[in-house]
Amino acid sequence: MPINYYIFLAVTLFCIGVAGVLTRRNAIIIFMCVELMLNAVNLLLVAFSKMQFNMVGKIHPQAGIDAQIFVFFIMVVAAAEVSVGLAVIVMMYRNTHSIDVNFLNRLKH
Amino acid sequence: MGITQVLFWFLSIMAILSAILVVISKNPVHSVLWLIVVFVAISGHYILLNAQFLAIVNLIVYAGAIMVLFLFVFMLMNLNSETEPQKNRWLKIAGVIAGGALLLVMVAALKRADLKTQVAQMNTGDIGLIHNLGMALFHDYVIPFEISSVLFLSAMVGVVVIGKKD
Amino acid sequence: MANLVWLVPVLPLVGFLLTGLFRNYLSKGLTSMIGCGMILAAFVVSLLIFGEIRQAGAQAVTVTLFDFISVGKLSIPFAFLVDQLSVLFLLIITGVGFLIHLYSTSYMHEEEAPQFARYFSYLNLFVFSMLLLVLGSNFVILFIGWEGVGLCSYLLIGYWFKNLEFGNAAKKAFIMNRIGDLGFLIAIFLMINKFGSVDFSEVFSKAPGTAVGYLTAITMLLFVGATGKSAQIPLYTWLPDAMAGPTPVSALIHAATMVTAGIYMIARSHVLYDLTPVTQTVVAVIGLATALLAATIALKQNDIKKVLAYSTVSQLGYMFLGLGVGAYTGAVFHVMTHAFFKALLFLGAGSVIHAMGGEQDIRKMGGLRKALPVTSITFLLGCIAIAGIPPFSGFFSKDEILSAAYGKSPVYYAIGVFTALLTAFYMFRLYATTFMGSFRGTHDQEHHLHESPPAMTIPLMVLATLAVVAGFLGIPDVMAPNAHLLGNYLSPVFADVNSGGIPGDTASGAELSRVAEWGLMGVSVLLALIGTFVAVSRFSKKPELGEPTGFGKVLANKWYVDEFYNAIIVRPLGLLATFLVFFEKNVIDAIVNGVGKLVQYGSRQLRLIQSGQVGGYVLLMVVGIIVLFLVELFIKK
Repeated sequence: MPINYYIFLAVTLFCIGVAGVLTRRNAIIIFMCVELMLNAVNLLLVAFSKMQFNMVGKIHPQAGIDAQIFVFFIMVVAAAEVSVGLAVIVMMYRNTHSIDVNFLNRLKH
Repeated sequence: MGITQVLFWFLSIMAILSAILVVISKNPVHSVLWLIVVFVAISGHYILLNAQFLAIVNLIVYAGAIMVLFLFVFMLMNLNSETEPQKNRWLKIAGVIAGGALLLVMVAALKRADLKTQVAQMNTGDIGLIHNLGMALFHDYVIPFEISSVLFLSAMVGVVVIGKKD
Repeated sequence: MANLVWLVPVLPLVGFLLTGLFRNYLSKGLTSMIGCGMILAAFVVSLLIFGEIRQAGAQAVTVTLFDFISVGKLSIPFAFLVDQLSVLFLLIITGVGFLIHLYSTSYMHEEEAPQFARYFSYLNLFVFSMLLLVLGSNFVILFIGWEGVGLCSYLLIGYWFKNLEFGNAAKKAFIMNRIGDLGFLIAIFLMINKFGSVDFSEVFSKAPGTAVGYLTAITMLLFVGATGKSAQIPLYTWLPDAMAGPTPVSALIHAATMVTAGIYMIARSHVLYDLTPVTQTVVAVIGLATALLAATIALKQNDIKKVLAYSTVSQLGYMFLGLGVGAYTGAVFHVMTHAFFKALLFLGAGSVIHAMGGEQDIRKMGGLRKALPVTSITFLLGCIAIAGIPPFSGFFSKDEILSAAYGKSPVYYAIGVFTALLTAFYMFRLYATTFMGSFRGTHDQEHHLHESPPAMTIPLMVLATLAVVAGFLGIPDVMAPNAHLLGNYLSPVFADVNSGGIPGDTASGAELSRVAEWGLMGVSVLLALIGTFVAVSRFSKKPELGEPTGFGKVLANKWYVDEFYNAIIVRPLGLLATFLVFFEKNVIDAIVNGVGKLVQYGSRQLRLIQSGQVGGYVLLMVVGIIVLFLVELFIKK
């Protein structure tokens, strides 16, 4: 498939994630939208890796493998991030009995 | 249009529609479920791109572990559509417009990029296979791999510290 | 010897540095030694140079010390010009200067040692600047000296700076001088523009080929400078106020030397003035008007120093008249004789003030003849000299100017002679009121009346001698042919304006018939004698003590010139300044403060954007990304 299609698909998913972050107030949904954006980027990375392999794979059989390794590491980091983030949200819920991000306006002070 | 193209379009539409539903669902649990659908669609894309290892990992880590975590949290908090806090209508519109504008601008920017002739290889190519990835991971990237274990450990400790009742 | 001319100004400079820098450590005796010694040494060197330069056929020597300014084609060396004119002035300055220094050692004796040293350092600095002024071989060096003497004049008028009025007088003098200096400076710039040089010889050699309009502008501006420094209409009002300084300072700076700088400058650039008849007429008219105006004012002044000050202004007017009618030798001659008798008169006045314990009002004096015999006699000699009674010096110099004026226009002569009558009248009014009649001061003052110490009387006697005999240096042709020693001496300098008769006077008496000239002399002497007798007979017994009335009041108030200047210049300027202060406070400050307030207000409003809500921040972030993309898309290429 032409790489353009993948790019537009990934951008669309990313922007849906952005719109979600902007429109929702539920902290967990926002968190999920962030995950969505992360996955859009992952998808694009894999597509680029295959594009790279298609271009120079005959000379360099390992071409594009780095991108997939990166995706792997992104997943690792995302997993860690999700565990910590959810812990924070749970903590917040325990304190305020709400997961509305608008209550988190401590930055103002 | 071969089977690959059909699958591509099918998976793409599925991913986009599910993503939209993630954002607009009132019930958070529905959002989680639609997000799982998105992840499954993305895993399908990985398979189309012959990146089987990532496809499996994506399913296991995201669709499996992480989303289950989300579900657990929702259920622990007993959240549903009624408790969903509502945002200001104008802010919502502004958010949608901003997202749409970002999409437009990025598409416009990328349209001019000289990428039309490039093609992502489908179905073939063995770099996404577990053998090759494993070789690369444990040869070239063994130190980051080990460090990521430290990251997990610290994340675990962090979660325990944060989640501890005090 | 002429090559050692740099010693002449350097000696007073050394004296200035020594007394100025070590004023806290020097005793009064040591200060006097340094101050007077340096001037005396300079005088001796000047005398030696004079001996060389007065020989027939002696050439003017230019002594270049170093390059002062060298820019592109313009080169201004720091050079001294030694010729007959400058050496004559050297003698006057160092000679009279030395006598006044000597006099000061006694007059200023009541000051404390550091103040005493300050006084002498200023005085030495003044002599240094004045010597620089007359020695400079180009207009820039002359201007340096010109500014230097202005500064010293300011410092010395304000010597007793704790008295606010004296400080104001000093400021007035300085500002008035600055107005004139600006004219001088512009003239120098015009010269650089036109001639590419400020060197006397070069400027004078190039001048004849230049447009008369341009030369007129230069000479008029130079004359503006001269009116400031030499106290002519309209810038003369500072000189009477300058009497706030110590009396020897008045004698040296404001009578004998500094105020003649303008005359020296014009005499030096006579080549330019000869080419511009318009300016010459202006100089003559201004000089005459000043002479008459100042003489009328002097009639009604009661401050002994004020009378002398106005008389100085009047005599300076005579000198300008002489310059204006082309009698350069006559003007320089009058500078010299005036230096002697006016210094004498001021020092005599100082002696009187000293004896009276600081009293300056002549209505409270009278009958001082018995108590101050030396002062009284020398003062009388000075009065006779200034009144123009032969054979005293004033007669010869004044007569030379007057006969030259007659050669130009009888009107000049008539006014000049009338002024001479007034001069004789007010000088003898002063003498009669001060020294004749009976004493009118307090009993204490009478008890303390005493003749001044020798350090003060010796200069008086020396100056009196000079005032009496100096006239014989310039005996007119009509009395004895070729006896005008000064004219012969100065002839190389004024050679180009020599048209027969007295060398250096274009319109000299030689053009008149002998009878006419004798007649002119007779008229002026007669009028001077009338003035003298009227004044003596009227004021010796019954001096006017009351407040003047009618026209006398106008004169006593100096024609209200100060008030007039106040009204048309000082007040409007003050109003303008007030307005500018208002403008500064309410417009400029308001703008500055407004900018500050706007920023404060704006930041206070912008602060509200920091809502602390994460959503808002993310929204702005996305907007920022969009803007960056847009910039990238549409603006970059």
